Formats: sequence, structure tokens, C-alpha cells
Amino acid sequence: MGEHRNRATAKRDVPVMVAIGLIASLAGIALGLAIDWFPEQASKQAEPIDTLWDVLIIVSVPIFVIVCCVVGYSVFRFRQQPGEEELDGPSIHGSTKLEVIWTAIPAVIIAALVVYAWGVLRDIEKAPAQANTEMKVVVHGVQFAWTFEYPGLGTGGKPIKSDQLYVPQGTSVKFLVKSEDVLHDFWVPAWRMKIDAVPGITTSYRVTPTKLGSYPVVCAELCGLGHAFMRQTAHVLTDIGFTNWVSRKNMAAKAPAAAAGGDAGAGGGGATAAIDAKKLFAEGNGTATACGACHTLAAAGTTGSTGPDLTKALATATKDDIREDIVDPQKEIAKGFAGGIMPPNYGDTLSAAEISALVDYIYDDAHAG
Amino acid sequence: MIATLRAPGLVRGFAFLLLGIVFCAALSIGIRAAYGYDPTIDSESILQISMIGAPLFFLVGIGAFDYWFYWAAGKPTRPEDHSSHGAKSWRDYFKVNTDHKVIGIQYIVTSFFFMFLGGLMAMLMRAELAAPGRQFVNADTFNGLFSMHASLMIFLFIIPVFAGIANYVIPLMIGAPDMAFPRLNALSFWMLPIAGIMMLASVLAPGGSFASGWTAYAPLSIDAPIGQSFFTIGVQFAGASSIATALNFLVTIITMRAPGMSFFRMPLLVWANFSTSLLVVIATPFIAASQFFVLLDRGLGFNFFQTAGDAGGNVLMYQHVFWFYSHPAVYIMMLPGFGIVSEILAVKARKPIFGYRMMAFSLLAIVLLGFTVWAHHMFVSGMQDWIRVPMMLTTAIIAVPTGIKIFSWLATLWRGVLKMDTPMLFALGFVTMFTLGGISGVMLALVPLDIYVSDTYFIVAHIHYVLFGGSVFTIFAGVYFWFPKMTGRMYNERLGKIHFWSTFVFFNATFAPMHLIGVEGMPRRVADYAEQFATWNVIISFASFGLGLSALIFLYNVVTSWRTGPKAVANPWRSLTLEWQVSSPPPVFNFDAIPTVVGGPYEYGVPGAVHGVLKDTEAPTPVGSSVGSVASSTGGH
Repeated sequence: MGEHRNRATAKRDVPVMVAIGLIASLAGIALGLAIDWFPEQASKQAEPIDTLWDVLIIVSVPIFVIVCCVVGYSVFRFRQQPGEEELDGPSIHGSTKLEVIWTAIPAVIIAALVVYAWGVLRDIEKAPAQANTEMKVVVHGVQFAWTFEYPGLGTGGKPIKSDQLYVPQGTSVKFLVKSEDVLHDFWVPAWRMKIDAVPGITTSYRVTPTKLGSYPVVCAELCGLGHAFMRQTAHVLTDIGFTNWVSRKNMAAKAPAAAAGGDAGAGGGGATAAIDAKKLFAEGNGTATACGACHTLAAAGTTGSTGPDLTKALATATKDDIREDIVDPQKEIAKGFAGGIMPPNYGDTLSAAEISALVDYIYDDAHAG
Repeated sequence: MIATLRAPGLVRGFAFLLLGIVFCAALSIGIRAAYGYDPTIDSESILQISMIGAPLFFLVGIGAFDYWFYWAAGKPTRPEDHSSHGAKSWRDYFKVNTDHKVIGIQYIVTSFFFMFLGGLMAMLMRAELAAPGRQFVNADTFNGLFSMHASLMIFLFIIPVFAGIANYVIPLMIGAPDMAFPRLNALSFWMLPIAGIMMLASVLAPGGSFASGWTAYAPLSIDAPIGQSFFTIGVQFAGASSIATALNFLVTIITMRAPGMSFFRMPLLVWANFSTSLLVVIATPFIAASQFFVLLDRGLGFNFFQTAGDAGGNVLMYQHVFWFYSHPAVYIMMLPGFGIVSEILAVKARKPIFGYRMMAFSLLAIVLLGFTVWAHHMFVSGMQDWIRVPMMLTTAIIAVPTGIKIFSWLATLWRGVLKMDTPMLFALGFVTMFTLGGISGVMLALVPLDIYVSDTYFIVAHIHYVLFGGSVFTIFAGVYFWFPKMTGRMYNERLGKIHFWSTFVFFNATFAPMHLIGVEGMPRRVADYAEQFATWNVIISFASFGLGLSALIFLYNVVTSWRTGPKAVANPWRSLTLEWQVSSPPPVFNFDAIPTVVGGPYEYGVPGAVHGVLKDTEAPTPVGSSVGSVASSTGGH
């Protein structure tokens, strides 16, 4: 940094800066487009949204680069040198021409982006050409689980209910989202779309899944203690696979209580022997949230404090009490804890055998000491 | 002992606080007994009523209302002796004081206290999030941590610290001896610690602290344990404080400018504060309303937001009322920063602000547009579809006046003589980082993208680029810039620069990756997350610890410089604005004689230019006199 550089000649400054800016912008855009930002693109709606993102990267990077270039270049070129402590800059008060330019150009860019985004919005919310080909799924959010209901697909026009989401590939699905307690938000990141589940009203969006596979269903709106654990799975099946799933569901509905009623009172029969109750308690079964996420149980080594400490709280409970606590948790609320927190659907998300295994396991631990 | 209890102050304040709790308990028990409710003594009811009533008793106790009580009782008041003006020892800062400079310091120190606590909560969160699964805290505590972190940072740090800086600087800048309503000013300040301590105290509440986010969305906040009430009522005190101060600023700026200080000769910080105050007085009553609705639902079963059965509530109404304040609140937290940066860039680049009038008009444009965009927080809320497109347009258009400001700052730098010290570094850090926050803001305005990234870490990244890279950088810039004026001492420049660079680097290392994990699909407000996000989260956590440590450098610098730093001269920055023309720190009543303003505030590079003259005997001569006139008074105390 030699002596005073000549402050007056700023002729070369602008071309040099433009050159630096162009190179930095191109590098920035290349980097921005090279990064693998999104999760898998698994719906028709995902494509235009991901493209919008790419366009935004291309528009945004040069704007950021302009700001950084001017700041960086000014610091490099115009910083106060020794001996300039009393020096002032030129008294430039403004330039109407420049101000018009930097009002008008951003306004045009903004207007163009908004028009484009509106087009994308219409695109992703468009109903299919034949409305009758669209499938409807009612999504119920409760603290802290989703239930999916398929109107009209059951035997005799009844709805099918499921704790996992199954949809056929390539069909437009309209989700009607409801909540029974607080706000939730039904989101499958791979499909991009998202909407709150609002008590009192039904919200909706549509998605056409394009890729087979299993994707996480996430609750995206803070809904209380178990919010982080309100996760299920969406399965995209082929048309045939989906039809098979529907008929399997209907078969199961026809011969229902056989399993459930059968071993309810049987206690630790053969059916429960194969189930690892400790693992079930501590980690869940992939559908039902693990008991240990909220409850302490000495034998399972869990330390949750959202719900009562089961080792202590159930010392005098009978097996039937424990079973009732699992399938109908709101019936009796432990002192010092709020109601409405434990998912009410363990009767659905756990098999009868799993419930029996858990009852025995918890009972043994609670009565051990 | 009796004398201490009778004199206004903290001791009498706490005595009255106890009295207030007893009164509220009696009220609760009396009413419950009269209605025959069981049980007659209900601790939650007593707690809830005490939270509303007892702080008012405390305010009476410390003496915030003494003057009015004397007046109402027909006793002699002390109108003109200004015995409660100025601070002679540190103890005076713990009393009701009507001097805007004392109140300014009270505000700034109090809000930094809550900033460090809020930051500590962020550190705990990042420790929990360093790995998937559960580390230190359970879900309940975690939800409480992020709720309290945001509430403290917003209501107890960013909003009041700007009010504090403005409190100190604005009357000096416009050539006024004090604020228009000094007693109201003191009352405004004292509501602030009440709000903060109440929010903090919620950790002691049965059922844990409030845990429904700083947004406190109904119906989650309606059914939550009593800890929620600490937020619901705490916000009322912070809000009342904010409204009263804004009103005070408006009246002060409109009526108390020195002769010659036309609106278009005001420094841009004054413009920024004027705009902010307009926002506050119009918008803040809405958050008060939203929290009153919640309070009535919780305490008295009003069913504003209860939908179960035929309760008839409407959940979305909460969000509309809440965001009608809380979007303008983003500008309440940003416009004062714009003002601070304009002051610093002009002084440190030795050039007039480029396009002064457009800088002022763009502030007003943001105020106006700020009220037309609230529902962009609700694109996935399930509100009616059609409103999304106009809200998308208005939201994106705010980028135009904001762009005018950024480009004008850049043009101010161009061909200046840049003094690269700590305030300037933070100001330039702000210009670049805030641009990033603004860009992601435009992205979020576009409905289809917002549908995808709502409630993800992309939002967390955006808000921190706006409020940390934006507001907090300007707060640091402003505190360093006016530190000599406020304390009469210089800060340590070397430590200041280390503070800037460590903050700048760790800030980016903490929040930049959040854009990525957000778009990859990591939701916010979760204590646990999928394995795929583990690598970035551990990097973010370590960077955030670095960011936390960098704040300690600032604390050390401020504390040691305040105690033992070299004495500051009246005008170390060669600034033209009025606050630098009096001694550091200024005399108790600011100016011996009200100054006369004779020119613009930023006439750098104009030979002999003067903004104001302090002695009205000296005729204003545009050419020939030295830059800035001589301080008319020295030695404040």
C-alpha cells in the first residue's frame, strides 16, 4: 500500500469492478446450481418449484455480488491512508439518474418474479383435467400422529382408515386436512406441498406422486411436546400395488377382532413371545411413537419426563389398567400432567400382540421394586 | 429502615410488590368465594391475577407515579428543580430517573443483559442439536428454550436497545434538552425489566415455561400450562413500554427540534426513529390485542380461538391479528438500524449521504408497505387462497425502497475516505449481510417457494440474517459509535476489530448452512432430527459456540473501557451532527443554550460547512468557519 494513491482518477475503477463482479457472479451461480439443495423430487408439483428456486439463484447471486463488490472495492481503493486523517471525500449529494435506475430495475425484476411465481402457483394447484380421476384422502392430525382416511374405498362405500399413507403413482391426490386439537402441518418434503391442519376448518392441497418409494411425512407446525416425533411414512405404490393394498385392508376389516379380542386377556401367550417389548418401548415400531420418548421406565433405560415415570406411577396398577392407559390415554390423567398429550391412537398403531407384550413388560417392571 | 421504605426506590418497590400479591390473592379468593367456585383458594388464579396487578404496585413502589400522586393529592410537586435528572453514581441507574441520557443507558444495559441470557439459551439449544436424538434437555424444555430465546431477543433486546440508543441520541441530535415527556419516559423504561423478569420467571412455573414459540399460536397457547401466561402478560408490559416510548419520540421529534432544524435537515437516525415510532404506535396495540384474546380465553373461557364443540372460535383470527403487528415489528427492529448505519457511513466515509431525500422517503414507503404484507406469514395457514397473490406482490415490492437504501449507502461509500474502524466494519458487515437476508426475503415472498420452505430451517436462516446480520450488527455499530459520547471514554479499537471479525465469521458459519438444511427439508422448532442432517448440525453448533464467545469479547471491551478507557474528546469522529458538538458525556441539560441549525447534517467535503451553531451570538457564516462549532460546555457533572 504505497503512499497516497491518486483519489481523483476513478476512470478504471468501474470497468475493473464490473469484470470482478461478472466473474464472481458466474462462479456464484455455478456453485448455486451445482449444490444439491432439495430432497428427492417425487411429485409433479416438485418440478416447477425446484425450477423456480434455480431461477431465484440466477437472479439473486448477481445482486449480492454487486453489493459485495462495491463494498469490497471501496474498502480496498478508498480506505483512509496515513496522512489522510483530515481529508474529506467529494461532496456528492446524489444523482437523480442513478436513483431512477436503481428504483426502476429492481421494480421490473420484482414484477417479473411475481408474475412468474403466480404462474407456478396456478400450475401446482391446478385440478386434473378429469375431476373424477382425482383421489381424495382425508388427513387427520392429532397430537402427535396422523391418520389417513380414504372415503368410499372400503367395502360398502365405507372409508378405509390407515396409520400409514398409501397412494398410487401418477394419480392426482387431493388431501383434505383436518385437526382435532391444535395446529399441525401436513408436509411430505419429497412432494414439496405443505398446509396447516387447522381446528374448525378443512384445508387442502393436491399432489401427483411421480416416484415409487417411501417418504417421510413430517409435522411442520409446532404442535406441542411431541412435535418433533410426529413423523410417519408415505408409500407410493403402483396402481396394482395400491389396489392390492385396498383389498388387503378390506379383508382385514372383515375378519377383525379375531386377533385383537382373542389374546386380549391371554397375557403372555405365544403371540407375545416373539415381540421384543423392551425394543418396542424404547424405539417404537416405526409407526407408533416410542413410549420411552416421553416416559421413564427403569428396565428399558428410558428417561423421558414428558409423561409420568411408569416405574413409579404404575406400582399399584393392574394389567387391565395399563392396557386402558395405552389405548385410551385421556380417560385418566396422572396428577401433575396435562391431558391431550399422549397420542390417542395406540390402539391402531400397535397390534394387539404388541399391546399385550407392552402391558406385561411394563407391569413386570412397575411391580419389580 | 422506615425512611428507606418511604423513599421511592427498589426497596419500596419490592415492598409494594408483596403488597400487590397480597391484594391480588385477596381479590381472587374474594371473587371465587362470592361465586362459590371450588376451590376457593386457587393458586393458578392467584398467580394469574398477581401477574397483572402486582407489577403495577411495583411501579408505584419505585416511584414511577410519585409526581402525579403528589399533584393529585394537592401536595407541592417538584416541577422545575429537576432533582431526578442526571446520574451521580451507579446507584442512580437503579432509581426512577427522568434524564433521557440516564434512561438511555438503563435501556441499553438492561437489554444487553437479556441479550446475553437469550444467547445462552441459544447455546443450550445448539448443544442439544449437536447430534440427533436426545442430549441434555427434553422436548418440553427445548420448546421452552426456543420460545424464550426468541421472546427475549425480540421484546427485551432488539426493540428496547434501539429505543435506548434513540433515547440517548435523538434529543441531542435535534438540539433538545430532553424528551417531551420525561416522566412517561421513565415509566416506559421500568415496564421493561418487569416484562423480562416475568418471561424468565416462567421457568419456575408448574408445567414449565411457555413453550408455544414466540408466536404463541392458538389453540396451543390456550391449552398450555400456566407458564404461557408469563408470556401473554409479559408481552403486555413490553408492548405498553414500547408504545409509550414511541409516542414520546413522535412528540419530541415533531415539537422539540432546534430552530432551523427542518424535517429535511434532520439526521437520518431521527427520520428512522420517526418512522419506527409511527409503526409502533399503530401496530403494537394489535399484539396487545392478540395476547388479551389469549388471556381471556385462558383465564375466563371466552372462546375466541376455541373450536371444539360449538364454542364458535376461529383459529386463523389469532394469526391475522398477531402478524398485523409482528410483520411491522420486523421493520420496528430494522429501521432504527438503517438510521444508525446512515450516520456511521456518512461520518466514516467523509461524504454526504447519497440521495438524502430518497433515503427519508424510502423509510416512509417501508412504513406504509409494512402494513400491507402481514399475511405472507400465513401462506400455508389455510386462509383464503386469493389473498396470497396481492400479499406476494406487496411483500416483494418492499425490496424496492430497501434496495434504494442499500444502493444509496454503496454510492455514499464510493470515492469517500473510508475510516475502517469498528463502527464502520459493523456497518459494512450489516450492508452485505442484510442484503442476503433481504434476498431470501424476496424468495420467501414468492408463494410456491414459501409453501415448501415454510417452517423449515430456511426461515431460521432468513430471520437471523435479517435480525442478526441486520439489526444486531447495527446495534454493535451504534454502541461502538456512540460509546465515547455515552461514557466519556474510548473503547479498545483492537478488541473491537477482533470482536467484529469473530462475529462476522462465526455468524456466517452458524446461519449460512441453515439455508441448505432448510431446503433439504429440516423442519424448525424440533429437538430431534433425521440422521441426514447430522453433519451440518454439528458444524452449526460449534460455529454458534464461537459466536457466543465472540460476544464475550464485546462484554470485556465495554466493561474495561467504561472503567479505565482513555478519556474521549467531544467529537472524536469529526462528525457534524449536534450530539458531537457538546462534551462527552454531555452536560445534564445537553445544551447551555438551544442551538440553531443552519445546514444539512452531512455536509462533508463542503469547505466550512456547519450543521448547527451552539452559541446564538455567533452569526451563521457558511464559509470560513471551522468544521463543527466549539463545544459550548464541558464537564457534565
